[in-house]
Amino acid sequence: MTSAAFADIPGTYVFTGERAIEGRHLNRFCMSLMSAVNRARFKLDERAYLDEWAMSESQKQAVMQRDFKSLLEQGGNIFFVLKIAAVDGRPTQSVAASFAGQSAEEYAAMMRSGGRNPAGLRSISGRF
Amino acid sequence: MARITAGIGSSHVPAIGAAVDGGRMAHPDWAPIFAGYEWTRNWVAEQKPDVIILVYNDHASTFSLDVVPTFALGCADSFAPADEGWGPRRVPVVHGHSKLAWHIATCVVLDEFDITIMNEMNVDHGLTVPLSLVLGQPSEWPVKVIPLAVNVIQYPTPTANRCFRLGEAIARAVKSYPEDLNVQVWGTGGMSHQLSGERAGLINRELDTRFLDRLTADPDTLRTMSHEEYVREAGSEGMELIMWLTMRGALGPRIRELYRFYHVPASNTAVGNVVFTPED
Repeated sequence: MTSAAFADIPGTYVFTGERAIEGRHLNRFCMSLMSAVNRARFKLDERAYLDEWAMSESQKQAVMQRDFKSLLEQGGNIFFVLKIAAVDGRPTQSVAASFAGQSAEEYAAMMRSGGRNPAGLRSISGRF
Repeated sequence: MARITAGIGSSHVPAIGAAVDGGRMAHPDWAPIFAGYEWTRNWVAEQKPDVIILVYNDHASTFSLDVVPTFALGCADSFAPADEGWGPRRVPVVHGHSKLAWHIATCVVLDEFDITIMNEMNVDHGLTVPLSLVLGQPSEWPVKVIPLAVNVIQYPTPTANRCFRLGEAIARAVKSYPEDLNVQVWGTGGMSHQLSGERAGLINRELDTRFLDRLTADPDTLRTMSHEEYVREAGSEGMELIMWLTMRGALGPRIRELYRFYHVPASNTAVGNVVFTPED
């Protein structure tokens, strides 16, 4: 199994070693938000707090813009980047909705009516 | 002798824990889920297990990415609910069974499953939400719990077959423990769900139903499913279903399904609950 097999699944981020390398410091920053002291420091001055971590400028921008899709594309792990949403008091469902360009209300209604059907979303190459 | 008397499969959706803790169990979004678990809740109360071996995954609560154990067995006396970023859940401290846990650790390592031994760890919603669903809201949990944390968030995760075979090794270990104990094995996580990307919100009812059917009738097809197929069909976080196979592996070749419940959604996720007993 290689990451190439996962790459055929559309819009899906499996957190492989390659992503772990790219996201190492981004995910460490996210984990630091488990401490109330660090959350307060981050909220007080996001830029200054981010500058303490060896993250790329592009990763820092994605954090400040709360661009979760971009964070995953730059090595963020979903369970780690969700800690940024927790700082904002933002529910997981609202973040999930943002990935698919849906409002939280549209997404919640979709879930109540059975969720997103996988038909047509299994394979980029059309193998499945 | 210690006996494995039952296996339970259950989702561990964090929003269910928030509904319990926030007193929203009667809300229309949540009431069907608690009603669906009522049979299991009553049955487990009658069975009075002494110990639950609870297979679950940590969600960046106890384990950062600094150390990523594939299988980590909780050998401590107690496990505090983790602070997942908004304060720990207000549920009782989980009490372990150190002697049985160390016996299992010793047996499975000698059986060539090189697990990590945890003498200090907190437990997050992955472990405490199934306890809330099945045991309700007691002031103390009425059963000891041995946590078995499986890495399913940093690839490479163990194969489905490896999870199943660890369950078989745990069963051998439990059977060789001299004290008379009523032991259940719970596999948690799933069912189909994906939290990120353009497929966020994916639910595959057909896959979930097939998975539940095959747990009883044809677990070999689930053991040999690739990671790619789990992710494609059940969603990136639906990969958690491999943890149900550790429970299944611990029950022996033939089992009986006593109860099944399936519901969509709990927040982003399909909820499943099954109860199995081993057939001699």
